[in-house]
Amino acid sequence: MITTDIKLSKCQIDEIVKICASFNNQSGELINILHKTQGHFGYLPKEVQEVIARQLDIPVSKVYGVVTFYSFFTMKPKGKHPISVCMGTACYVRGAEDVVEELKKQLNIKVGEATPDGKFSLDTLRCVGACGLAPVMTIGEKVYGHVDASKVKEMLDTFE
Amino acid sequence: MEQKVKIQIDNHMVEVPKGTTILKAAQEIGIHIPTLCYMNLEDMCITNLPASCRMCVVEVEGRRNLAPACATPCDNGMRVKTSSLRVLNARKYVLELILSDHPTDCLICAKSGNCDLQNLAKRLKIREVLFKGEQSNYILETSPSIIRDMDKCIYCRRCEMMCNDVQTVGALAAVNRGFSSIIAPAFNQALSESECTYCGQCVAVCPVGALTENDHTNRLLEDLADPTKTVIVQTAPAVRAALGEEFGLKPGTSVTGKMVAALRELGFDKVFDTDFAADLTIMEEGTELLGRLTKFMEGDKNVSMPILTSCCPAWVNFFEYYFPDMLDIPSTARSPQQMFGSIAKSWWAEKMGIKREDLVVVSIMPCLAKKYECSRDEFKVNGDPDVNYSLSTRELVSLIKRANIDFNRLPDEDFDNPMGESTGAGVIFGTSGGVMEAALRTAYELYTGNVLENVNFENVRGLQGIKKATVNLNSFELKIGIAHGLGNARKLLNEIREGKSEFHAIEIMACPGGCIGGGGQPLHHGNSELLKARSQSLYHEDASKPLRKSHQNPFIIKLYEEYLGRPMSDKAHHLLHTCYFCKNSEIQEQ
Repeated sequence: MITTDIKLSKCQIDEIVKICASFNNQSGELINILHKTQGHFGYLPKEVQEVIARQLDIPVSKVYGVVTFYSFFTMKPKGKHPISVCMGTACYVRGAEDVVEELKKQLNIKVGEATPDGKFSLDTLRCVGACGLAPVMTIGEKVYGHVDASKVKEMLDTFE
Repeated sequence: MEQKVKIQIDNHMVEVPKGTTILKAAQEIGIHIPTLCYMNLEDMCITNLPASCRMCVVEVEGRRNLAPACATPCDNGMRVKTSSLRVLNARKYVLELILSDHPTDCLICAKSGNCDLQNLAKRLKIREVLFKGEQSNYILETSPSIIRDMDKCIYCRRCEMMCNDVQTVGALAAVNRGFSSIIAPAFNQALSESECTYCGQCVAVCPVGALTENDHTNRLLEDLADPTKTVIVQTAPAVRAALGEEFGLKPGTSVTGKMVAALRELGFDKVFDTDFAADLTIMEEGTELLGRLTKFMEGDKNVSMPILTSCCPAWVNFFEYYFPDMLDIPSTARSPQQMFGSIAKSWWAEKMGIKREDLVVVSIMPCLAKKYECSRDEFKVNGDPDVNYSLSTRELVSLIKRANIDFNRLPDEDFDNPMGESTGAGVIFGTSGGVMEAALRTAYELYTGNVLENVNFENVRGLQGIKKATVNLNSFELKIGIAHGLGNARKLLNEIREGKSEFHAIEIMACPGGCIGGGGQPLHHGNSELLKARSQSLYHEDASKPLRKSHQNPFIIKLYEEYLGRPMSDKAHHLLHTCYFCKNSEIQEQ
């Protein structure tokens, strides 16, 4: 697992400490804590996991184990506009793979990566519960239905 | 009264206490259901029960699915089939699925002949693996003590259980998901970068060749063949208590004499005993204890109590990582292995007129952390280690077999002098409670000036995780604690940190049972009777020795007269003591 070496600032550490404290530093709340922390930082680098492990008094290997188990958690920074393409059955048969290929081509990144300027990141997920609109993708919080691979470039151009 | 349930297993009726698993009930009537991930060291409350390998599945009448015998309790009137065709086929498929992602290089695997998976494949008569698919491909990782070959891992989680639940080290955890799952340190770091203490308990329980020791047998064979080198060996007390098992002898058979003969056959120039250095440790550590105790009783506020033993290198690694705020508490005495090396390459080498660079000191240890300990910078002189390298009991077994030695026909031989002479106190260093008992025998006599009539301190013996005792020293009540297993050690350490510890002295050994259960010993395969037998064999050897108190060892007396002066002298300090470092990089940064 690749991770960028970053140094957390005092106030970043304080923020993690605060999140852990809001769950009473209970190790049983690890998933909720990771969820909230990722919501705050956008991703869960090594240094963040180390602080959480210390606060909850559990081995950092346990924290890392949970982070790598759930596909929702990520150790790589997300773009300003995180893109997720649904690869669930309905979307897949309606051409989601073509959409992913086109996005990879347009952004010149692989799935799980972010563009060097930090604008976009690309991920896949399983089902957002809008199978009637297949193929579906989300950019940020917004859901796009009936996505056409040939229109992907146009869509991307509308983002700043 | 205990509630009993009656069940039928195959064609036999058996009555067992309620809550008993099918696996145990079957064992009682001689039906041995195969297991793989399951492990149970009952006397030490160490259990691995993920019920994940499904090797022990059985048919329970009335249930749709097969049930894992290891985790299914017996119900009254239950009818169980352990070897129906359905069960046998299921087991075969399970094993074939495991084998479909396992290298089949058994012939050249370090675990060959001692592998639970190999034994099962043989027992279930697997002749082909029907399933073909992707194969794991990880990089082999070497550390000073342990080698990780994760291609061979079968996800039994025994290592993870030992590392987390028993040792509370937390270096290993299950990471990633699905086919990419792996048991590894955080961030896939190397073991050497993690909090690993090299206790080797993961190696001791690994059923396959995924975790093995860093092997030095070939290096030793080369050194033994080099005529310019003098190669001497020291053997730790726990080795002699377990070595015989690998040659078909009853567990607990003491093979000290045969072991010495075998080492001579192998070509060592001198065969010495770490027990000698154990006696020396008692002189230094005991004196340090009494010194600190006296100051403490005089009300000196600068003296830190309790004093902790420091013989165990995995334990040293543990407190350097987890308790760097308390580095002044453990005794500064080096471990017996390192005391031996230091004295061998100074006093003995000078006496014999052997140049340091021509002398190779090898140790045979029940331990994998000792391999790392040899490489610590504090134990080197101009880059030359006091102990060149350390081999495990298992490596010695392999050497003896390779050298065509018929171990059981060897005569009993004696160690060489001067560093082969030891007292009973040195012998019991190999089992939990032994170091403290040995220290008490000497400390009592030195402190009170009286002769200790009964040298047996029965209440510090046994496999209980934490033991306590009080010894009367001239009306001073000396309170001692003993812990084995790092999880138990952590409990005592936390008490000290919180200022709640009642003890004056604490003995700690990292491995469950002490060195007899060390990471370098012949594998116990989950049988705790083996550990008890090994422990007993050391107490027998102690009882049979004419001298049983370290300070009576004539060659220890001579060593002080000729060379060191007295315990804790400047020279003794320089050669026999050490200092500790904070190993936790996060804390270092703060």
